[in-house]
Amino acid sequence: MLFRFIKKTPNLNFIGNRKFFFLTSGILSIVSIIFMIIKGLNFGIDFKGGLLIETSFSKNIEIVQIRTKLRGIVPGDFSIQSLDNSKSNYLIKVETYSSVKGNNQKLISEIKSNLNKEYTDVDYRRLEYVGPTVSKELIKAGIYSILIAIGAMLIYIWFRFELPFAIGAVIALIHDIVLTVGMFSISSLEFNLATVAAILLIIGYSMNDTVVVYDRIRENLKKYRKISIILLLNKSVNETLSRTINTTATTILALLALFIFGGNIIKDFSFAMIWGILIGTYSSILIATPVLVFLNIKRNENKED
Amino acid sequence: MKKINTKFLVTLFIIVFSLLYAIPALFQNHKLFPKYFDAKSIRLGLDLQGGSQLLLQVETEAALNEKLQNFTEDIRNKLEENKFSFENISKVDNKVIISFTNKNSLEKAFKINKDFPTLEFKRDDLLINASFNEEYLKDYNSSLMIQSLEIIRKRIDEVGTNEPIIQIQGNQRILVQLPGLKDPDRIKSLLGKTAKMNFRLVDEKNMQSINEKKYFVGSEIIEHADMQVSYVIKKRVGVSGDNLVDASASVDQFNRPIVSIRFDSIGSRKFADLTSKNVGKRFAIVLDNKVISAPVIQEPIPTGNAQISGNFTFETANDLAILLRAGSLPAPISIAEERTVGPSLGKDSIKAGSVSLMIAFGLVLVYMFLIYGKVAFIANSVLIINILFLVSWLVLLEATLTLPGIAGIALTVGMAVDANVLIFERIREEQLLGRSKISSIETGFSQAFRAILDANVTTLIAAVILFFMGSGPIRGFSITLGLGVFSTIICTMVISRLLINYFYIQNRERNLKL
Repeated sequence: MLFRFIKKTPNLNFIGNRKFFFLTSGILSIVSIIFMIIKGLNFGIDFKGGLLIETSFSKNIEIVQIRTKLRGIVPGDFSIQSLDNSKSNYLIKVETYSSVKGNNQKLISEIKSNLNKEYTDVDYRRLEYVGPTVSKELIKAGIYSILIAIGAMLIYIWFRFELPFAIGAVIALIHDIVLTVGMFSISSLEFNLATVAAILLIIGYSMNDTVVVYDRIRENLKKYRKISIILLLNKSVNETLSRTINTTATTILALLALFIFGGNIIKDFSFAMIWGILIGTYSSILIATPVLVFLNIKRNENKED
Repeated sequence: MKKINTKFLVTLFIIVFSLLYAIPALFQNHKLFPKYFDAKSIRLGLDLQGGSQLLLQVETEAALNEKLQNFTEDIRNKLEENKFSFENISKVDNKVIISFTNKNSLEKAFKINKDFPTLEFKRDDLLINASFNEEYLKDYNSSLMIQSLEIIRKRIDEVGTNEPIIQIQGNQRILVQLPGLKDPDRIKSLLGKTAKMNFRLVDEKNMQSINEKKYFVGSEIIEHADMQVSYVIKKRVGVSGDNLVDASASVDQFNRPIVSIRFDSIGSRKFADLTSKNVGKRFAIVLDNKVISAPVIQEPIPTGNAQISGNFTFETANDLAILLRAGSLPAPISIAEERTVGPSLGKDSIKAGSVSLMIAFGLVLVYMFLIYGKVAFIANSVLIINILFLVSWLVLLEATLTLPGIAGIALTVGMAVDANVLIFERIREEQLLGRSKISSIETGFSQAFRAILDANVTTLIAAVILFFMGSGPIRGFSITLGLGVFSTIICTMVISRLLINYFYIQNRERNLKL
C-alpha cells in the first residue's frame, strides 16, 4: 500500500539500547515524583471538596464585575475562569469549609440570588458541590481502584503468562502511572475523578499493548530455542511493531477528535488519555519488554497452549 | 459451503435485528427519519439530558441522640416511680449515665434494665451506663433509612418531576436523581427541611425574664423563623405534627396565604384539650425549632381543623403544606454532594459528543483505508457493525449513556480495529511462511485470537473496576468501554471471519493480498 509505514518486518534495536531508555524513563519518573512531592497536584472539587458553578450570561461582562459581586458573600477563596475565551461563559470555583454544616447550600443560593439581582437571564449550566466527607471517600475510592487495577493486572498476566512477565508488566504500569500523574503535577491540570478514570483506562490500554508483545515473545520462545533472549525479545517487539503503531494511531485519532470537538467537560479527560496512551505504547515497547532481560524468563518450561 | 451459508444467515439476522434497535435510537429526533414502531431510545444520563443528582446524608446520629434523650427522661421517671434512690442521671454522648451514692442502691436500681430491652446496662463502680444495643442500632438505622426514603419520595412526588430515581446508598445515604429538573433549588430546600412540627404553649410566666435567663426548667428559648423575636416555650408538646392527616395552602379572609391543617382523631382530641384549657394564652407553632407563629387562643377548637398563618408567600405556604402532608423526616438530612447540569449544557454536550464521535469514526475509517487499502474494507465494515451492536446493546440493556460514555464509544472505535489488524498481520505472516490461503486464514485467526482475548480482557478488567468505583458519568464510560470489548471480540471472531472467508475463499479469482 501507498501509505503503509512498515512493509517488511523492521529490525530496530530496541532491546540493545535498553540502558538509554531505562535512563530516560528513570529520569522522567524521578522528575515526576519530585514534582508530585514539591508542587503537588491541582485537585478538583471531587477530591478537595467545594463548589463549582458554570454560568452563562446573556451579555458580555468582565471577570472583575463578578469578582466584586461575590467578594462580599463568599467567605473563603474563590476563582473565576472564562470558558472558551468568551466574556459570557464563566466557571466559578469556591472553596467551601466543613466547619459550618448546611451553610454551603445557603452559599449556593446566595451566590445565585446575587447574580440574578444584577444580571438578567443567568443560565446556570452546571453546578457541582462535593462535601468534605464525600471528597475524602472519593480520594480513597480513587486510590483503591488504581491499586486494585494494578493487582488485577499482575494476577491476570501471572495467570496467563509467567511471573517474570507479570512483574515486567507491572513495572511498566507503574511507570505509566507515575509519568501521567507527574504530567498532571507539572502542567497544573486539574486532577479529578475523570483523571482517575483516565488512569484506569491507561492501565487497561498499556496492558493491552504489553500483552500483545508478550504473547509474541511466548510464541517465539517456543519457536526459536537457539537465539539469545535479547535477540528474541527484539525480534518479538519488531514483529508486533506495525500492529502497535497502527492501534495506537487509530486510538489517538479517535481521542483527538474528542479532545478537539468534545467540549470543555471532556477536554482534560481526553488529554489525559492521549498522553497516557502514548506513554503506555512507549512503555510496552521500551520498558515492559526490555525489563524481561533482567527477570530471568524461562525458555523450556512453557505452558502448552 | 453450506455451513458458511447458515452462519452467514444467522449473522445477517443478528445484524438486522441490531439495526432495528440501533438506527431508530440514533436518529430518533431527526427530521428525515419517520417515527415507526415503538422505537426505543437510548437512556441519556443527567449530564446529557440535564438534571440533578443529589447525595443526601441522613444524620442518623442526631435521631439517635434525640431518642436517647427521651430514654433518659423515661429512665428518670421509672426510677422515681419505683422510688429507687439515685444521685444524678444525664445523657453524655451516646450513653445515659446514672450515678449513685452507694452500691446497694445501684443494685436495686439496676433491675429496671428489664423495662428497657433495647438498652444495654453496664455497671461501672458507682455508675450505671446505658446505651443502645448493637442489634437495635442496626434495626433502627435501617428502619430510619427506609422511613427517610419514603418521605423523600413523597416530597419529590408532590413537586412532580419525571421518573425520579431515589435509592438508599450505603449506611447513611440516599441517592436522588432528578432528570430534566429545571429548578433544583426548590426541591433542595424541600428536602433539606426535617419538617418536624408541633404545637406547644408559650411559657407566659417566664416570658418576662427571657432576656435575663438562658435556661428555664421545662421550657426553652426558641427564635421566630422570620422575625427578630424569641419566645420561651414549654418543652411539653401539646399536639405533634405526626397527628396531621392533611395540609393544604389557602388564603384567609384578608387574602393572605395560610396553611389549613386537619388532625386525626387523637390529634383533634389533644388540640381541643389544649385550646379549651388555655383560652387567652398563646400557643406556638414550632417547625424545625423555629416559631412560625404564636397566636392567642381565642376559643376552644374542637373540630380538629386549624389554620396556620405566618409570614407566608403563596409559594412558602404551598411548600409548607407539601412538607406537612409528606410528613417529617425521622432524622435531619444534609446534602453531601450535588451535581446539576442545566438543559443548555446538556444539549451542547450531546452535540459536541456526537460530532466528535462522527469525526473519530471518519478519521479511523480513512486511516485504515490509507494503511491497508482494500483489506480495510473488511475491518471498516466490521467496525461499523461493531458500533451498531454496541448501540443496540445500550438500548436493549437500557444502559445510561453519558458524555464520558460517548468517549468510551469513541475509544472503542479507536481500539476495535486493533483486533482486525492483529488478524491481518497474522494471516500475512502465515502466508509469508508459505501456507496456503485457507490454511493461513485458519492459523491466522487461531493464533491471533489468543492475543486478542488477552489484550481485551485487560481493558475489560479496567472497565469493571471503573464500574464499581465510579458513579454517574464515569460509570457510563465503563459501560460503553466494557460493552465495546464484548462486541469487538464477537464481531472479530464471527463477522471478520465470515467476511474474510467470503472474499478470499469463495471468490477464487481474488488473491489474498494483506
